[in-house]
Amino acid sequence: MIETPQNVKSPHQPEIDRNVKISVRNLYKVFGDQPEAMIEFVRSGISKTELLEKYHHVLGLNDINIDMMDGEITVIMGLSGSGKSTLIRHLNRLIEPTAGEVILDGEDVLKLTETELREVRRKRMSMVFQKFALFPHRTVSENAALSLEVRGDDLGEQQSEAQYWLDRLGLSGFEDSYPYQLSGGMQQRVGIARALCAHSEVMLLDEAFSALDPIIRSQMQDLLLELQRELNKTIVFITHDLDEALKLADHLVILKDGYVIQQGEPQQILLHPSDPYIEQFVSDINRARVLRVRSVMKAYDGEVRPDAIMIDPDITLEQVIESVNGDTSKHFVVAQDDNPIGVLSMHEIMIAMVPRRASLDGLDP
Amino acid sequence: MATYTGFFDMLGLRDWCDSEKKPSLLSLRNLKGEELAWYEFPFPSLDNLHSACNAIPQTRDMTAGLETGFLTVRPALRTVLDPLTQPLSWALDGALTLFTTTPWWALVPIICFLCYRVSRSASVTVLVAVFMAFFLFTDHYTYAMQTLAIIFVCTFICVVLGVPMGILMSKSDTTQRVVTPILDMLQTLPTFVYLIPLIFLFKITEPKLYGMAIILYAIVPVVRLTNLGIRLVDQSVIEAAHAYGLDSRQRLLGVEIPLALPNIMAGVNQTIMMSLAMVVIASLVSAPGLGTLVLDGINNLRLGVGFVAGFAIVLLAILLDRVSKAALDRINSAEAKLK
Repeated sequence: MIETPQNVKSPHQPEIDRNVKISVRNLYKVFGDQPEAMIEFVRSGISKTELLEKYHHVLGLNDINIDMMDGEITVIMGLSGSGKSTLIRHLNRLIEPTAGEVILDGEDVLKLTETELREVRRKRMSMVFQKFALFPHRTVSENAALSLEVRGDDLGEQQSEAQYWLDRLGLSGFEDSYPYQLSGGMQQRVGIARALCAHSEVMLLDEAFSALDPIIRSQMQDLLLELQRELNKTIVFITHDLDEALKLADHLVILKDGYVIQQGEPQQILLHPSDPYIEQFVSDINRARVLRVRSVMKAYDGEVRPDAIMIDPDITLEQVIESVNGDTSKHFVVAQDDNPIGVLSMHEIMIAMVPRRASLDGLDP
Repeated sequence: MATYTGFFDMLGLRDWCDSEKKPSLLSLRNLKGEELAWYEFPFPSLDNLHSACNAIPQTRDMTAGLETGFLTVRPALRTVLDPLTQPLSWALDGALTLFTTTPWWALVPIICFLCYRVSRSASVTVLVAVFMAFFLFTDHYTYAMQTLAIIFVCTFICVVLGVPMGILMSKSDTTQRVVTPILDMLQTLPTFVYLIPLIFLFKITEPKLYGMAIILYAIVPVVRLTNLGIRLVDQSVIEAAHAYGLDSRQRLLGVEIPLALPNIMAGVNQTIMMSLAMVVIASLVSAPGLGTLVLDGINNLRLGVGFVAGFAIVLLAILLDRVSKAALDRINSAEAKLK
């Protein structure tokens, strides 16, 4: 039996009934002088290149439909120019869409008045930015307390709340420093503290860790997962890094040229890429570290080899291989709460680690 | 006689030309007493055509028309502007009285103290004290204080009017498009030209006459740099302000103005220096202070008087520049680290 380390996320905890928190419906964004006039062309299927060459309008988002579940991390992944940053800015309307709906708890964000929108931004959605975007003329603690100050909470409350989150994020002692005195990783922790201080149900993270170096980035991802286990917020996370996306995502959305090419459970996308573009993407990653036993096991049919080793469904293949020191003759039984739910052999693990084309015959049901 | 007489005769317009009996004014050229050289072929300008054909208006008619036009609207303009600008006269009179009646042994320490508060620099404060001693010792003290009083009032008004104007400009591209050419004009118009319409509008003994001239001239940099400063604020910070629901007042006071402050202060420094430049010229229209000594030096060929007064103006300029720069540096060094 292998212990699940602290930093490994378990996406398959017993299913709680999740509600849709944010629902994006038929969202379009066209940049240019007359975006409304272009919508018809876009709906009739004009390509991004053609729209640019013929009409000099840039197609930002093309018919986006995503349901973001309450308490889940939805990761939106895409390369630069795929429209992911544009998309996240539609959720709190930093960018106005050309057409479509963004429904937060049953209410269309795009129909809110300016005052209502401000209330949503102050209380229900907070945001973390790639370039931190802290206020340079304010101390760390004043930055963290921004949303409380904007709401007009009293000063003592602001300070104690800011203090709590700064302590949680390991920034004790830096309350009176200015952002420029901190390293990039620490600045981004201030950015996260600022978002957490708002007590919003929804957190939007726009490439929040992209500007950080790999080790710090990995630490920040663990920190986010740890906080998420406790806080159960609805998190929308933008990234261009597939490893990061797979580590964090409960629901993964892959964008290309402004449209969604595939979305779903990350392990499923990894095992069943729907498009050559995604295949290309997933072929580069370390599958053993990402794939989990549950995703590759065969269903339990009552028969277990006597020498089978019991493993947890939510550990990665890498952990399985490590636990038997790479012995390829081993067989496993996958058990949850001591009930066997599946079987797996090292042979199957090996096949699962080869990207999709080769694994088609061996593993796909 | 005139080059173009034959031309009008040929066209058969002589009768029409002579129908105008109004006596001719001196042409611009004659006004300045210049003669036509033998090799010059006159361009068919208004003046030259007029000398051949009376019915064609002269260039002087145009300038005279402008004068008449201005004189016609003057009463209306005065009714509006006079009460509106009256507080400026009061402020200037008040400041002049305050600066000249406060005894030197009280005012000089106060000025030194204020300079220290603003600049937080001992060396700048010592410099101020030395310059003040020079003014006192050479009997230029009262004149220098008059100049200083005028600069204080005018700079203050420039900031009070200019900063909001710059903010408005930064918020709206249309406003910027409209205001920029006006600022360009104010900045390029020769300094003497400011005085001409103002002399017509106000009594020459009124302080607001030179006050207006100084403010119009010196307000430009503070408006420009406020606009620029706010437009240059890091857009990602502004975006964060939007994302956390700051309303426009919170954004302006909490983010934009604090981050634009170095630029705004650079504008204030420029405004102070331009007020000083104009206050000297404004001595032509009865602005008191060091400028009157320079004027006396020019009018009566008193080289020494003019020269020493000029030197005193330089000292005053250094003083104002150093103090405002020190204040600016203080803000900058606090702010530069924030970048």
